[in-house]
Amino acid sequence: MSLILDKISYYYGKGTAFETAAVKNITLSIPDGEFIGLIGHTGSGKSTLIQHMNGLIKPESGNIYFNGADIYDKDFKLRDLRRKVGLVFQYPEHQLFETTVIKDVLFGPNNMGFTKLEAEVAAYDALKAVGIGEDLIDASPLELSGGQKRRVAIAGVLACNPEILILDEPTAGLDPAGRTEILNLLKKIHEEKKITIILVSHSMEDVARYAERIIVIDNGEIYFDDEPRKVFEHEDELKKMGLEIPQCTQLVRKLKKCGFDVDEDCLTVEETLASIKECFGIN
Amino acid sequence: MLRDITLGQYYPAESVIHRLDPRTKFLGTLAFIVALFLFKTFWGFLLCGGFIIFVTALAKLPIKFLIKGMRPILFLLLFMMIFNLLLTPGEIIGQWWIFRVTKEGVYAALFMGLRLVMLVFGSSIMTYTTTPNKLTSGMESVFGFLKIFKVPVHELAMMISIALRFIPILLDETNKIMKAQQARGADFETGGLIKRAKALVPLLIPLFVSAFRRAEELAEAMEARCYHGGKGRTKMKPLKYHLRDLIAYLSLIGLIVGCVFIP
Repeated sequence: MSLILDKISYYYGKGTAFETAAVKNITLSIPDGEFIGLIGHTGSGKSTLIQHMNGLIKPESGNIYFNGADIYDKDFKLRDLRRKVGLVFQYPEHQLFETTVIKDVLFGPNNMGFTKLEAEVAAYDALKAVGIGEDLIDASPLELSGGQKRRVAIAGVLACNPEILILDEPTAGLDPAGRTEILNLLKKIHEEKKITIILVSHSMEDVARYAERIIVIDNGEIYFDDEPRKVFEHEDELKKMGLEIPQCTQLVRKLKKCGFDVDEDCLTVEETLASIKECFGIN
Repeated sequence: MLRDITLGQYYPAESVIHRLDPRTKFLGTLAFIVALFLFKTFWGFLLCGGFIIFVTALAKLPIKFLIKGMRPILFLLLFMMIFNLLLTPGEIIGQWWIFRVTKEGVYAALFMGLRLVMLVFGSSIMTYTTTPNKLTSGMESVFGFLKIFKVPVHELAMMISIALRFIPILLDETNKIMKAQQARGADFETGGLIKRAKALVPLLIPLFVSAFRRAEELAEAMEARCYHGGKGRTKMKPLKYHLRDLIAYLSLIGLIVGCVFIP
């Protein structure tokens, strides 16, 4: 069970003077159960790339295989793909339209051909997973707070029981508390439901803490595809793409240069703190 | 499917027509339309046709562009020509079942058709060579005299420019919401009329919500910059007539006079 992109390319404004390549000859394999961070500068092609993964954009060239089947085969049902590959767009709260939260979450499962019971079970389950309490189920989604709206919108995609969940900048425009909340939520969903998560972001900080694998994309091409520590070894190249390695990692590297014996590979605040404490002999 | 809609069809190029004052272009287009209905003979067509080809060449517009602009009125054009052809009384030159084609009908259809084509050509040259903003600013100035009659000219012009400004943004938004709902299994493309109309609900509601949100944000931003309507408001780029505008006006007067006096 996996998603494979084989040499896909996509151009915007094909055939006009404004033709630009958004995705260039990308080959990518997404096996089951990974937590992947897809990182790139604004306009690097990451949003275009992920829309290929559930068939919203058809590549100009190249093939996409889901569990071994070509998704543009005649008898392949794109709706099945869209059920199994859930895509949460940027600012997903803008897609809410129903009169109550539960109805909005039910929209996906109902479209995907769930029975009434299955759909309701999936919807309640998804709302629980994103931490929306029973008291809000019958509220209008437009009356919720920003963070709550976003969680409802994520639940709307989660309720289709996807095997792969792709999220485009799920923390954009949220305060620090909201960010951590959403990211922790994703980690929990990843661990409990064992689904693959692809987190699209331009923040190394967010991705470093959660992802097991980082894909760096710039100008429509993949530059690095490795575990976080390995990717962060290329600090200078990342900088040229307008990406910063996490501040914690920058700090320990500077300390190391100054001759302190700290662990250079720290990615999170906790790791960094522990390493510095150890170095200075503080408990 | 939404990408095909082009509104505010400005075609960027460096030409003397592009540089003309928007008022000149607006009044000029009106004058050209008037001229189109002044002549009665074939020579008038030649004059107006020559004029429009000359202006197109000056504006460096590709003919392909102008012809593409004809597509929306194609149906209307055919409709008008067929009715003129069949329903004009006069000397009968052909007859088939209940249809009668007269000599006058052929002339009327040809004249009507050509006039309509040139009318659309003329006004599309204006929209192709003038940015929507300049156009509204020109119209505001042209209709400025209506302020005496308490018509809120500035406010109307501002509304038009804001509306034009928001068309691409809302199109983009529509596209995004459509994709987001498709990712949740929405289907906009199959089914009967009623099913399709129903399928639009998940698209239209978020679109309206976002349009209202944007409108509110914009209103607040304008108020924060002390916008309070047109009274006493100056322009960053005031409209100014140049020599080329005078030449344009003179040639338009020439065209109208020509159309009136042509045999």
